[in-house]
Amino acid sequence: MTGRDLITPAQNTWCPGCGNFTIQHALKRVLAKREEDGKSLDNVVLVSGIGCHAKIADYLNINSFYSLHGRTIPVATGLKLANPDLTVICCCGDGDCYAEGLDHLIFAAKRNIDITVIVHDNRVYGLTTGQYTPTSPLGFKGRSTPLGTSESPLNPVELMLASGATFVARGYSKKMPQLEGLFQGAIRHRGFAFIDVLQICATFFPVADYYGERVYDLADHDPGDLSAAFWRAREWDYSGEGKIALGQFFLAERPTFDDRVVATPRTAAEREQAVRDILSGRT
Amino acid sequence: MDDVTVLVGGKAGDGINSAGTMVAQLLNHLGYSVYLNFDYPSLIRGGHNFTIIRGTAAPKSPGTCGEKADFLLALDQATVEQHNNRLKPDSVLLYTEGLVKANGQAVPVKEILTTEQAPAVMGNSAFIGGFARAAGIDWEIVDLVFRRHIPKGTDQNLRVARSAYDRIATVRPVPRGPNPPRPLLNGNEAVGLGLIRGGLDAYISYPMTPSSGLLHFLAGESERLGLTVVHPENEIAVILMALGFAAAKKRAAVGTSGGGFCLMTEGLSLAGMAELPVVTLMSQRTGPSTGLPTYTGQADLRFVIHAGQGEFPRLVVAPSDASEAIAWSSRALDLAWRCQVPAFILTDKTLSEGTYSIDLPDRDLPVPGGDGMEAVEGPYQRYADTPSGISPPAFAGTAGVIVKVNSYAHDEYGITTEDGEVTAAMTKKRLRKAETLKKNLESYPQVVVSGAPDAATAVLCWGSCGSVCTETGTRLGLRVVRPVVLEPFPKSLLEAALAGATRVIAVEENATAQLAGLAHENGIRVHDTVLRYDGRPFTPEDLALRLRGVI
Ligand SMILES: Cc1ncc(C[n+]2csc(CCOP(=O)(O)OP(=O)(O)O)c2C)c(N)n1
Ligand SMILES: [Mg+2]
Repeated sequence: MTGRDLITPAQNTWCPGCGNFTIQHALKRVLAKREEDGKSLDNVVLVSGIGCHAKIADYLNINSFYSLHGRTIPVATGLKLANPDLTVICCCGDGDCYAEGLDHLIFAAKRNIDITVIVHDNRVYGLTTGQYTPTSPLGFKGRSTPLGTSESPLNPVELMLASGATFVARGYSKKMPQLEGLFQGAIRHRGFAFIDVLQICATFFPVADYYGERVYDLADHDPGDLSAAFWRAREWDYSGEGKIALGQFFLAERPTFDDRVVATPRTAAEREQAVRDILSGRT
Repeated sequence: MDDVTVLVGGKAGDGINSAGTMVAQLLNHLGYSVYLNFDYPSLIRGGHNFTIIRGTAAPKSPGTCGEKADFLLALDQATVEQHNNRLKPDSVLLYTEGLVKANGQAVPVKEILTTEQAPAVMGNSAFIGGFARAAGIDWEIVDLVFRRHIPKGTDQNLRVARSAYDRIATVRPVPRGPNPPRPLLNGNEAVGLGLIRGGLDAYISYPMTPSSGLLHFLAGESERLGLTVVHPENEIAVILMALGFAAAKKRAAVGTSGGGFCLMTEGLSLAGMAELPVVTLMSQRTGPSTGLPTYTGQADLRFVIHAGQGEFPRLVVAPSDASEAIAWSSRALDLAWRCQVPAFILTDKTLSEGTYSIDLPDRDLPVPGGDGMEAVEGPYQRYADTPSGISPPAFAGTAGVIVKVNSYAHDEYGITTEDGEVTAAMTKKRLRKAETLKKNLESYPQVVVSGAPDAATAVLCWGSCGSVCTETGTRLGLRVVRPVVLEPFPKSLLEAALAGATRVIAVEENATAQLAGLAHENGIRVHDTVLRYDGRPFTPEDLALRLRGVI
């Protein structure tokens, strides 16, 4: 199917100024370009979790699987293993992917399954109205932590580098062109691609000024150098001061899980024969 | 003698289960229908293990073992001490010379191994040979069974077996039985073959006893079956991966036991809402919580029927033995896809890890339905509201359509809605599938009657208890009624099967009589219960005693 309108008629309910608009727009442009290049979108599937970010599944007019809170990645893994021709993109929240479903994220990186994970990292639970997440800064005052959090944030970029992700990047919802480039690279990448997108939450965590003073582009960095990638990732710990690098931290080519795991199918007749052979071995 | 029981006991790590399997194969080739039950604690080394192998002249696997043993093969002293009460006056006891003190015939395992310069692992072959001679089994049968089932070091194993065969006296000859040799399969493997015949594309599972055998079996056979097998990070990932497969038109099944299934319930509810088929092998063990990992139970019937938030149709079948497990696993997978619902194969340790003589059932699935795509006009609606409740399926990757799968309440396109009318209409649509499911079940034997079919007193049971109830019911002249399908509850078929029964006794391996409760909810009266919940299966003796107390 070509020439489709990429936005559904579903009513959009993101807050004015929400960074999700930028993420959706960037993704839409990447998809449109893909169509222009003559590639059908019929083989693209978007998997979303549950949260404000996840509404993108209703808004983008492509195949989608609106999954459970925290459970984008296992669904995406199943889709990819079932049909390796699919291009599978996860749109996750930070609560979704770094709290509820963290185990899946680490394992997806470890396996190098060929999917793209975009984390809408607004550093707050948006949909449940403003609790802290794993990337909220130390002392964050949310509705469940009115006196401020007592735990330091985790650094997802560092975590993904340590877990074996082969494409690791960070974007920012106020840097549309860069975001578009990162999405395109991630989707083209053969292997597990991870992008942490610093997303402005206009209602619960509007920190554009803070980001504005700190962000810089990773221009003179070699993405093949894992040690350098770690060093860049550690410049900012998602809490205090420090410069915030944007762009591609790491890139490597490694065999993918889907290449290694998917079995060569057998015909029904071959299978019935195999069943009979197995039974004869048990006689 | 047309009913023979052999007990093989030893320490964990002694290879008791494989020794038991060899005994089972000897009886199989002698013409008996066999059942083997392996009793082991949850540990790797040390501790006492035993298998009981029973062979009967009946055409079907007995599916249950008695409390007495005709042959006791003691590889350790604990076997003699713990199973002494199983010996009858004419039972035969073979024991390891030098290691065990007992009254019986000593098998000089050490001496034989030394003479044959054989490694210690071949010690069990000496026992098998000794048993064969004690039971008067022809050497040709021993030779054939070793050649078929011990492919490595066959000749040396045979020399070890022969050496023992020559030293032991025949004291309890077991005559040839009437049956041809048949495949021996455990319940987990039977479920696997049934799923394969139903068209399974992928099996996804996280290890948990007593379901793990299916994971091991299918992983081992994945290449020749053309099956993708995945062992992910946890059971939550397991069920969600399976739903990912389903959304891409691949038939997936998962397997677990109670604790793992607890983790799957949110994903199960998603399957219900998103209308994605998935088959779950739920193999029960003694609960609650970690319970007795390697022992049996039937305490998760209510859990499986009710698991998951919200209301949605599902299929739950509980086969009683391996042959039935093959047939119903194919059907469960077929029906899950036909009706776009989750389906369960509910087993327990007794069935999952018990080994049975099986007869491969005919593949009785109806021809696959068309995928219905022709019928759709206008933009594709994943959740089109149809009279049957079943929406024509399409999948991610289908050319020309956009497929939106959704866990939220959604409209026919799969777009999230909070509209009350749409929500109620879609709820009705999903529940209508239960009626369609019932129609699709009509051609199958959903309720099985055995024992004395016209008796006024009926035993009501389910799952693996079917075998022991049939045997005991036949002996005591009781009607045995067993629903194989437990959800949707086959109310009218059960009523028909119980027609004329003036007394109904539920026999279950749980403490609260869960099937009796379901029957009661459906207006079927149960007058008494016989329950066992110590992790051990009923034996024919114990069940007969307790049934006599209530009839
Ligand atoms: C199992 C489960 N627990 C809790 C919730 C409630 N819940 C819905 S969204 C959400 C948090 C969303 O935060 P995030 O993932 O950061 O997404 P955002 O709304 O910020 O985009 C929670 C806790 C749920 N839907 N499911
Ligand atoms: Mg968030």
